[in-house]
Amino acid sequence: MSRAALLVLADGRFPAGGHAHSGGAEAAVRAGRITDAASLEAFCRGRLYTSGVVAACVAAAAALGVDPGELDRAADARTPSPALRVTARRLGRQLMRAARSTWPSAELDALAALFPKGAHQPVVLGLAARAAGLGALDAAHCSLYEGVSGPATAVVRLLGLDPFDATAVLARLSAEMDRVAQEAMETGERVVTDGVDVLPARSAPLLEIGAEAHAAWAVRLFAS
Amino acid sequence: MHLDHHHDLPAAVSADARRPDGSRRALRIGLGGPVGSGKTATVAALCRALREELSLAVVTNDIYTREDAEFLLREAVLPPERITAVETGACPHTAIRDDISANLEAVEDLEDEVGPLDLVLVESGGDNLTATFSRGLVDAQVFVIDVAGGDDIPRKGGPGVATADLLIVNKTDLAPYVGSDLARMAADAKAARGDLPVVLQSLRSEGGVGEVADWVRERIAAWTA
Amino acid sequence: MDRVTTTAGGVRASARVLARGDGRGGTVLPVLEGEGPLAVRRTRGSGAEARVMLVGAMSGPLGGDHFTVAAHAAAGARLRVGSAAATLALPGQDKTGARYDVRITVDDDAELSWLPEQLISAGGSDLHVTTSVELAAGARLLLREEQVLGRAGEEPGRLTSRLTVRIDGRCVLDQELACGPGAPGGWDGPAGLAGHRAVGQLVVVRPAFATGPPAARVFEEGAAVLPLVGPAVLVTAVAPDALRLRRLLDGALASLD
Repeated sequence: MSRAALLVLADGRFPAGGHAHSGGAEAAVRAGRITDAASLEAFCRGRLYTSGVVAACVAAAAALGVDPGELDRAADARTPSPALRVTARRLGRQLMRAARSTWPSAELDALAALFPKGAHQPVVLGLAARAAGLGALDAAHCSLYEGVSGPATAVVRLLGLDPFDATAVLARLSAEMDRVAQEAMETGERVVTDGVDVLPARSAPLLEIGAEAHAAWAVRLFAS
Repeated sequence: MHLDHHHDLPAAVSADARRPDGSRRALRIGLGGPVGSGKTATVAALCRALREELSLAVVTNDIYTREDAEFLLREAVLPPERITAVETGACPHTAIRDDISANLEAVEDLEDEVGPLDLVLVESGGDNLTATFSRGLVDAQVFVIDVAGGDDIPRKGGPGVATADLLIVNKTDLAPYVGSDLARMAADAKAARGDLPVVLQSLRSEGGVGEVADWVRERIAAWTA
Repeated sequence: MDRVTTTAGGVRASARVLARGDGRGGTVLPVLEGEGPLAVRRTRGSGAEARVMLVGAMSGPLGGDHFTVAAHAAAGARLRVGSAAATLALPGQDKTGARYDVRITVDDDAELSWLPEQLISAGGSDLHVTTSVELAAGARLLLREEQVLGRAGEEPGRLTSRLTVRIDGRCVLDQELACGPGAPGGWDGPAGLAGHRAVGQLVVVRPAFATGPPAARVFEEGAAVLPLVGPAVLVTAVAPDALRLRRLLDGALASLD
């Protein structure tokens, strides 16, 4: 693996559309559930162990070459909120464009042909990692990191939270991210042999309810 | 940049002049400028001026709401399926410059769904004087300022004023009321822009958006030549 | 079905219900059997529908117990399964935790309503629930699950509940809720339950949803109606307590018609 390629893919400035999304933080801020660095940390931790770990396992499995169509269906089943499915595909499509331009690859071309309107973002992320010469652990790390860095950045904009405090939240989560990434890679390896049913399915009820509420707002800063 | 082997697949490269099926894509013109300078009104006027002769669509980039798209819908300048709003996550300049993927998708979807199109107008969310469009997103860009925003803006310059393919100084009818010196604005703009064109415009007076529409027609002619 | 061995201290019990159409518009129950703490009774049905009640003869499951309930609605059946009381997960002598597995199968031209009372996760308990639903393409289902975290004023136990729904072989829903002490971090935070002590799901499967699915929406702030990829809808809800949760789920269900 190339450590520098990992930095390119994980960079928040990688032009794949993430800047317009809050990962559910905007809904949680409006509901009064995120008010400061401590509640942001609890929010991010909740995401990390639910939708975060599911996405990381899907990304890891995709990076290991598991059939993207099957992974995409498994992601659908684990994303009951239609608003979150739309977001996942939109971000997947945007990442697909950025990754194909950055690391041209026949596998990414084939994925784009199969899903012209976008596959679930973690599926694309796994294949983008492959195209960049990265492995399953890298894909899992990337997925987990953007799953928490997106909300942290958004809360800086939404609440005027001190950016140093928001970054410190990410730093405090890093040991847990490392551990979950390792587990996600191991799960990805099991998916190769045992199929997609071994993917985790952990869910966060308020992320789903909040996503549907947010999608219906007329006035909002973030797309999700 | 062209990557020819991609042409049987969904577009990968933003600046490609051809669509995946080989046809020429629409000319894309970006309109940027500070909040309240009259971008949306100019877009609406352009749609009215050009919709009989060109197949048109609009992408708006609202900062906080879908208000710009809704204004255009309410004014019925185009059928609703020809207007798309992109949400920008509190950073309108990011969506038109640093990470253009959502806008590119909006443009491509419009071409797929209501095309073929001759022209797509991409309106940025109101931002500051440094906001410019990526060349990966638009082929030409218009920067809209207005006399009420201060007649020193052309002198201050900045990337929008200095480098846009067309600078519009809007709301010239208000100049007497806000004490703006139009001659000085024109001279400062000329100094900042060299040979790049400047249009002084009032959408409320007789000429309206005519000069800008003519400029767009020239760009279309060059694009399809 | 996977068989999990529990240690000697636990009780292993199972119940089975098989329903099928009698060919004259009614429903018969060729299999209706339970054992130990899991008794099943047929109660008065209405019209074509047969009703079965799960009767917990003891409170449980306790740590180390492993309960399995299987319900199968075959062609022509209209089956409704309820429970006489809430299920209370309690701590046991055994530290291995308890398991409760529900297996639901519905064939074409059959309908099953699975409407047990709440599952209450008492302080100190540790329960792992799996609910696995296999539906034919033309099956109809109404399934309700409600989890209550702790008895009144009590800290909850550890609860993991996984719900999987397959229609015509395709998995349309796979979701797991994990909460209580020892659950992965953030479960009670702003993304998870945020202090709510009752959480519930409804799964509604109707072949008609394939062409006319209900719109996704939030229902009274605590619930969301979520059309799945398939002729199915999930209603997910959180509430401060069991009573308000039931009202939310009932209201959301009524809004689907």
